[in-house]
Order: sequence, then structure tokens, then C-alpha cells
Amino acid sequence: MTGKSNDNFNSNYLQYVKTQDPPTQHFKNCAAAFGVGGLICCIGQFIRYMFEYAGLTGDELAGATSIVLIFLGCFLTGLGVYDRIGRYAGAGSIVPITGFANSVTSPAIEFKTEGWIYGMAAKMFTVAGAIIVFGVFSGVLVGLVYLFV
Amino acid sequence: MGNEMLDILFQFIKAFVVGGGICLIAQIIINFTDLTAGKILVYFMIAGIILTAIGVYQPLVDFAGAGATVPISGFGYLLANGAMKGAEKGFFSAITGSLTAASAGVTAAVVFAFIMALIFKSRTKRN
Repeated sequence: MTGKSNDNFNSNYLQYVKTQDPPTQHFKNCAAAFGVGGLICCIGQFIRYMFEYAGLTGDELAGATSIVLIFLGCFLTGLGVYDRIGRYAGAGSIVPITGFANSVTSPAIEFKTEGWIYGMAAKMFTVAGAIIVFGVFSGVLVGLVYLFV
Repeated sequence: MGNEMLDILFQFIKAFVVGGGICLIAQIIINFTDLTAGKILVYFMIAGIILTAIGVYQPLVDFAGAGATVPISGFGYLLANGAMKGAEKGFFSAITGSLTAASAGVTAAVVFAFIMALIFKSRTKRN
């Protein structure tokens, strides 16, 4: 691996990077994801019970629960706490709905410096846009299939 | 009374195990592939939509409650469920049903993100 020849420079470099990478700690990663993900779902369950106690039912109950969770996700992202949880928990913080809130809020705050319209508002949907596009498209497909089948 | 408390405790355990399990699957996929967070979110949501459409996800929601609705696959469940309910009412509702069901989540995300962008400044990431 001299690095002088340009033929396989990239693959050599990638191999070199791999040797320097710390090994993925599968068990620790997975345990953290399981624990934190489960905990966030328990918080969701708790909020759900609270709203149920307050008298909400059905769609309202589910909607109110996710609104509170999304608020928590946005607020913790703003405080910078969610990124720290994310470094520790990986998928445990990405997959719950709070991770969706994080993916909306984080670029919104980050790109504020590029202006309100093309910065904050447009970059807000870098990840959420993909989710909404595929979600709406598949949702319409499901609706049409159920309508005609 | 004691029995009711036990039921609630059991519901929390079910939510923890199922919700944690979904995150665990995502973590295993991340560990063994190069998928980024955004792609994981999209794939899990689509998985939620498909599983709901074929009728697998609803029993999971009945069993685990928030354990199945809080992960992003629950967002897919919401979309698909809205579309399926809309399809019973007619063509127009079949098309608009999914986004109507998801409107609470999308609205909350946009509004709160906007407010947070007003309040907070971006900070350098500490490692």
C-alpha cells in the first residue's frame, strides 16, 4: 500500500480506513438501541394512559399522544440533548417518532443561517420529505387497492 | 384494583419489548449495512404500510399498544389505516385518507420545528 499509484488508490485507502476503524460493538449497540427504544415507547404508553384518563378516545388519543412525543423530540433536539442520546442509542433514537421529529428540527435549526425560506423551511424536509413522499404515495396505493379489490 | 395495576404494568412491559425489538432490528440492519438514518426511517415506514395492508400490523398494535405505534412503522400503520378506512367511504376518501390520518403528526413536526428554529441556535456538535 504505497499510495503512489492512482490505479487502486481509493480501494487501498478504504482498506486502510477499515484497519483504523474501531470495531463495531454489536452487542453494546443493540442493547442500547433495545433499551432506549423500549423506554421511548414506554413514555408513549404513559402519555397514552394520561390522555385516556383525560377522556380522549380513538384517533384523537393516538393523535394527541404522537403530538406530545413529537414536541418532546423537537424540544430535546433544540436543547442538543437528543443528539447525545442518539450517539449512545443509535437506532433506538432514530426509529421512534421522536427520531422523525429530530430529523425535522435538526436541519431547521442548523440551516437557519442560510435564510428562513431556502435555509430553515426548505431544509426542514430533507429527511421528512422522503418519508412524506413515500408515505403518501404508498398510502394512496393502499387506498386504491382496497377500493377496487 | 390490584389486578388492574398488574394489567397496566404488563402493558408497559409489552410496549417496551415490542418497541425495543423494532429498534433492535433497525440497529442490527445499521450494524451490518451502510444504511443511513433517513433510509432506515423510510424503509421502516414502508414496512409498516405493507404490514398494515396485509393485516399483520393491526394485531401487533392491539397487543403492544404504544410499542407498535410509537416507532416510525406506526406512522406507516397510521397512513395505511387511514387509506383503508377511507376506501370504505369512496374514491375521494381512499386517496385523501392516508394524509388525513397522518395530519396530526406532520403538523406537529412542522410547527414545533419552526418554533424550535426560532428559539434555539445551532450549536457545534460535541463528541
